[in-house]
Amino acid sequence: MWPDSDLKVASLVSNGQHPKSGRSRRASQDARAVELALKMTGRAARVIHVGTGHRDSGLGQYLGMGLPEITLLNADENADAVPVLVDHLKGTDLDIVLTGIHAEQGEASGMVPYLLAEHLGWPLVSHIADIQKVEGGKAEVLQALPRGQRRLLRVPLPFIATVDNAAAEARQYAFGAARRGKLVDEVIDAPVDQARLEWESHPAKPRPKRLHVAKAKSAADRFKAATAKPQGQGGSVLRDGTDLEKATAIMDLLISEGVVR
Amino acid sequence: MLPEWLLPALVITALGLFAIGALRRILLWRAGRPEPVSLIAGLMAMPRRYLVDLHHVVARDKVMSNTHVATAGGFVLSMLLIIPVHVFGLDSRWLTIPLLAATVIMFTGAVFVYRRRRNPPARLSKGPWMRLPKSLLTFSVSFFLLTLLASDLLPENFGHWVLTGVLLIGVTLGLAELLFGMGWGGPMKHAFAGALHLAFHRRPERFGGGRSTGLKPVDLDGMLGVAKPSDFKWNQLLGFDACVQCGRCEAVCPAFAAGQPLNPKKLIQDMVVGLAGGSDAHYAGSPYPGRDVGQAQGNPHQPIVDGLVSAETLWSCTTCRACVEECPMMIEHVDAIVDMRRHLTLERGETPNKGAEVLDNLIATDNPGGYEPNSRMNWAADLALPLMADKQEAEVLFWVSDGCFDMRSQRILRAFVKILKAANVDFAVLGNEECDSGDVARRLGDDATFQTLARHNIATLSKYRFTRIVTTDPHAFHVLKNEYGDFGGHYDVMHHSTFINELVEQGRINLDRFKGGTVTYHDPCYLGRYNGEYESPRALLAALGIQVSEMERSGYRSRCCGGGGGAPITDIPGEHRIADMRVDDARKVEAETIAVACQQCTAMLEGVVEPRPEIRDLAELVADGLVVDATPASTATAGPSLAEEVH
Repeated sequence: MWPDSDLKVASLVSNGQHPKSGRSRRASQDARAVELALKMTGRAARVIHVGTGHRDSGLGQYLGMGLPEITLLNADENADAVPVLVDHLKGTDLDIVLTGIHAEQGEASGMVPYLLAEHLGWPLVSHIADIQKVEGGKAEVLQALPRGQRRLLRVPLPFIATVDNAAAEARQYAFGAARRGKLVDEVIDAPVDQARLEWESHPAKPRPKRLHVAKAKSAADRFKAATAKPQGQGGSVLRDGTDLEKATAIMDLLISEGVVR
Repeated sequence: MLPEWLLPALVITALGLFAIGALRRILLWRAGRPEPVSLIAGLMAMPRRYLVDLHHVVARDKVMSNTHVATAGGFVLSMLLIIPVHVFGLDSRWLTIPLLAATVIMFTGAVFVYRRRRNPPARLSKGPWMRLPKSLLTFSVSFFLLTLLASDLLPENFGHWVLTGVLLIGVTLGLAELLFGMGWGGPMKHAFAGALHLAFHRRPERFGGGRSTGLKPVDLDGMLGVAKPSDFKWNQLLGFDACVQCGRCEAVCPAFAAGQPLNPKKLIQDMVVGLAGGSDAHYAGSPYPGRDVGQAQGNPHQPIVDGLVSAETLWSCTTCRACVEECPMMIEHVDAIVDMRRHLTLERGETPNKGAEVLDNLIATDNPGGYEPNSRMNWAADLALPLMADKQEAEVLFWVSDGCFDMRSQRILRAFVKILKAANVDFAVLGNEECDSGDVARRLGDDATFQTLARHNIATLSKYRFTRIVTTDPHAFHVLKNEYGDFGGHYDVMHHSTFINELVEQGRINLDRFKGGTVTYHDPCYLGRYNGEYESPRALLAALGIQVSEMERSGYRSRCCGGGGGAPITDIPGEHRIADMRVDDARKVEAETIAVACQQCTAMLEGVVEPRPEIRDLAELVADGLVVDATPASTATAGPSLAEEVH
């Protein structure tokens, strides 16, 4: 099935930042979006970046995943990426646009996919783990929910999807492929983000974290407190009844949660 | 009698066929990438390399060494004499008698070859190699008798034409094996290819007692690693062809013994298949453990991985260099393996298991664990170590290495600091300025990351003045000493075992006697085989009053702990763990403590399930045995118990 040569998939990528060293790198979620695009369309996957990217930044690492090229929409740091992307995407015939959930540096608001969807009038699916198939103009998308749950959605093309950390990990990038890949510059009209110019930015201060004090007397209580579900949710406690009834109740739950189908 | 011209014609035909085959073989090697060699100097040096350096390795097996001297010497001498006697018909006793002697010598050698082949050890290849002693015997006997018959040493008409005819058949068979086979890929190919391999070896420094173990740098703008046989340098291909399939490499390979899918001999033979084209169906030695023979196919222009060898084979290697040390033909297995790994990592992005993650961490944080780069000195928060950035100058630069992030290694580092302080050494560390040495990145095939790290470290080191670098990590030691030179970093580097031993010899520290039980010493590959340091650790142990009970495999034959070459990161499954086998070696000599000199070895050997001998680094043993001068002299007055134990 994959790769599907008729499908046109693009991933939008940003420059990432390593949490420990602060060095430029490929952003983890964006790289997963590229991985998914590569799985779906092979080397025909399109990858788009807005900014002043150069090969030594994270862009080189995306190229190293085996991309022949990255479309580089040249815009300086003060530019607003959204109108640039809207202009560019309107001129293409893409079926699916993949992005990360939010960037690893800069504003990192996570708003880009939503604004794009609004401007393009496309549906948006957030936090996807996989796209399983595309048939008759509809894609079967696996959405990641908390605690490992998955929900299968059928979405008409074209659409935008943000890729969750639950998606397949990005492949290793190779030095040779990064060296061969091209950054295809496109000169575009990039409007300045006026709103942001007025903002003041400071380095984030680590906020004191409220310690979660477990008011427990015994080790068993502390263990319970440490391992309990984060939020109280419905459910039932089955103490009586036969093994069969208990097993059936468990099975029903597994089916309703989508673990067993 | 048979016609006079028959024998000369036979010899000339055989020589001609050999020449054609040899030329063809040379063209096969020349399919490799160019590498400049000094043609004349190499050929001139060849006899000495053969007679001295090669035989130095062969002579580790005395019987086989003598056998080879007799057989090969006898053969070369007889061939040199056969041409004047039988081709040009020179009938002089000065030639005939030496020729008879040469064939007798060869015959004697061949008898021993034959005897060994009657019950050959598993490491030897069978197949055509089983035929070889018979061919050697046929050749020597036939030429002896023919020479005798043709000479004037016997009365006239002694021979019968039937006998001569039979002998001529023998001569034909012998010539077919020894001359035709030499040029056309028979077992005797090793003599011809081996001689040229010695002449044009890629590491000529190894001859004459030298050492050359650092990997060769990669031009990052050029071809990245080896994808297909023709990507090897031509003299590497020549080196593969020199293999005699004696299997000594196989016998010492830790990965082979552990049942991982690597056999150095088979690997080299697969490379020969690759350079000549064809399949490994005729290979008659031990396979890669768990893999069938006959599947490998290739030619000079076809990708190696997943045609000739599987990627797991390449990633099984611990780069311990035991095979290279043991190879009588001085073939460079490790270079070839790393070359092919480079292709997998730099071109295909296929470093298995944790490999990609480790390389990613090295790129992003300069350490393989992905720890905060500014936390390199956390291990020494209470030690007040002098920083190079503050001092600018020190006698000793203590290279801490990535052991600083590992709690077990930190104990070794702290022990070493204790020794440095006790000896009042003027030292300093780089602190957060230090980066990983690049050893693991390089051996995982990522020369790009290695070069980045190396250049960074060299730039840092160039800011400060120091007389020498001392490190507790043999891997960093090797890379700093032998591999930074290609990038402009030339330093006097010392391993801590050498350095501490020097302190003891100079009387700068005093040691108490060790009070534990039996101690054995495990030679780290990167200290021993890579850098030839076998003596200092033992001298140091002796200074502690320890009589080392040596394991069967120690010194240059030491068995790897399994921790080198990124092997714990790529983690190719086998039947056993290499570290378990090494600890078994120590159990055999009933050691209660294994003294080690490498944090990687410590980690690997300590990973073996208890009960097992205790694993202690030399620095820890010395630090425990340090006799600190009895501070207030009043407590230690006269008497024999001058040095009380201080803890």
